[in-house]
Amino acid sequence: MKKKFLALLLALAMTLALAACGGGGAAGTIKIGGIGPLTGSTAQYGIATDEGAKIAIEEINALGGLQFELNGQDDEADGEKGVNAYNNLMDWGMQILYGCTTSGSCAAVAAESFGDRVFQLTPSASSTTVTEGHDNVFQLCFTDPNQGRTAADFIKNNGLAQKVAVIYNNSDDYSTGIYQGFKAQAETVGLEIVSTTTFPEDTTTDFSAQITDAYNNGAEMIFLPIYYTPASNILIQASQKGYDFTYFGCDGLDGILTLEGFDTSLAEGVYVLTPFDTASDAALRFIEKYKAATGSEPNQFAADGYDCMYALYAACQKAGVTADMTADQVCEALIPVFTDPGFSVDGLTGSGMQWGTNGEVSKDPLIVQITNGVYVSQ
Amino acid sequence: MMTFLTYLVSGVSLGSVYAIIALGYTMVYGIAKMLNFAHGDVIMVGAYISFCTTSYLHLPAWLSVVFAVAVCTALGVVIEGLAYKPLRQAGSLAVLITAIGVSYFLQNAAQLIWTSNTKVFTSVVGLPSVRLFGGRLTITGETIVTVLACLLIMAGLTFFTGGTKLGKAMRACSEDKAAAQLMGINVNATISMTFAIGSALAAVAGVLLCSSYNTLIPTAGAMPGIKAFTAAVFGGIGSIPGALLGGLLLGIIEIFASAYLSSELSLAIVFGVLIVVLLVKPSGLLGRYVPEKV
Repeated sequence: MKKKFLALLLALAMTLALAACGGGGAAGTIKIGGIGPLTGSTAQYGIATDEGAKIAIEEINALGGLQFELNGQDDEADGEKGVNAYNNLMDWGMQILYGCTTSGSCAAVAAESFGDRVFQLTPSASSTTVTEGHDNVFQLCFTDPNQGRTAADFIKNNGLAQKVAVIYNNSDDYSTGIYQGFKAQAETVGLEIVSTTTFPEDTTTDFSAQITDAYNNGAEMIFLPIYYTPASNILIQASQKGYDFTYFGCDGLDGILTLEGFDTSLAEGVYVLTPFDTASDAALRFIEKYKAATGSEPNQFAADGYDCMYALYAACQKAGVTADMTADQVCEALIPVFTDPGFSVDGLTGSGMQWGTNGEVSKDPLIVQITNGVYVSQ
Repeated sequence: MMTFLTYLVSGVSLGSVYAIIALGYTMVYGIAKMLNFAHGDVIMVGAYISFCTTSYLHLPAWLSVVFAVAVCTALGVVIEGLAYKPLRQAGSLAVLITAIGVSYFLQNAAQLIWTSNTKVFTSVVGLPSVRLFGGRLTITGETIVTVLACLLIMAGLTFFTGGTKLGKAMRACSEDKAAAQLMGINVNATISMTFAIGSALAAVAGVLLCSSYNTLIPTAGAMPGIKAFTAAVFGGIGSIPGALLGGLLLGIIEIFASAYLSSELSLAIVFGVLIVVLLVKPSGLLGRYVPEKV
């Protein structure tokens, strides 16, 4: 507690000192602390959210007026390291927290930022545990149960399948959350779940038991609320066994087409629920900039990061946030703006995004089908 | 019934991979009396070498296997020479810790070279799947090749240790190093050769493992390595047929446990069986009980 108090005091001192320095400047620079996995097995997401945000900041700073500065820290998708990164950022003088990229770490950091009153916007931590009881935490992505419900509705309404199998990772909050939303909605709309199997984190290699179970129960479609790495295994192993399923995945499946060595023809016809419409003009401009900056295709996480910065920019302007405000002053100014029904943001991942007091975003989901190796809107 | 057979085939396929890895553990343990915990990571290196030769150099699959075997054999000999040889006279605990160190070194080196991003390994097996009983039972080409490779390696090793002069030298070293040296056997060279053979097997196992299960990350060898070590202990460490039996049983138990009982508990069940076997038969299923001479 003492340490935290000291950190806060230091942060305060630093902000004041900086505010004093920049007193002569026009609008000053808002310090945004970013947290996400820049290394480790989920590094692809963390790097994407970081790079996406940087592109937005470059554009925003070029407009003149309010300036942003992003300091991205690595948490390796681990809660403990996330809190360490958070403390580092507080020492640095962070005024707004951007992150974390993954739900597990985000929930741990949200508990800290709630206590310290730091405004937090996460691009991609979609678990409800992130926002629950934390009025200062907002999400730019859909919540997990919401994705599951949307998927069940879409499958039912479009008559994609009657009998569905689910393979999810029950040691993962994200996967379990989507599954629960999907299951509840499937019951409501009359979609039959004929096989439900899980897999633990360590044995993500052999899926024969899960695939065979789905096949034997007559499933036409497999719903995969999991990340793309295990999903690629499922696609390959099912095709080796000669089973022909339709697959439906959520935003975690985004990235499967860029997986090195993966035969993308196996993903042909796979449905993916993603908010990132890559066909719009704004998206095309963003994709070009992202490619030039990083040399790779942006995924949905990069677009989430980009939108986060514009949402913060719009909110800061509306709330009249200035660089000399402390983190908790910024926090108290931004919360009423974000929850204001009149506040809405148009971005790459949806237009007219609005936020409720529970921190959840409301926007329309987009469902794409992989056709000839690219996403095609449905 | 057909479901049962499908699971059995999957189990045998997985078990054969464990068996090939376990053979490497067992050989090294039998001769050098040390647990080479870096064995699992040599598997990963083998798979990466094969992946690079096919994906970046566009060489044919069989050549990539040859490359992987060559690199891993050299790697095995180098590891032995640099890390384990200086510790020949040291206690077994020091060697064990060194092996764990080598394991971490290999994992992190692989992460530096190939990054932590997942790579999807394209199967090196060109055989099509075989469909039996009107398509209700599918046996993949990978399964057939893995099982055949496992049997071939096992037969080859049995012949090698039993019927050749080098094999005799290995067995002599395993029984009594000092006496073997007095008989004119070069103990150090024999141990290096054991590592070379063990690592070559690891390369084959790596290629087959990734052909069946496709995902390649720097830690890909860690869990299969531990399970294969379990299989070696299960069958009786130091025994070649024991490694085969242990590997197969472990694979079958793992698949059946995840199919019929619970996929979350499958590993707990596998290791639970190991504990029971070791309680009843402390030297493993086919292991010899060697009384400690005082």
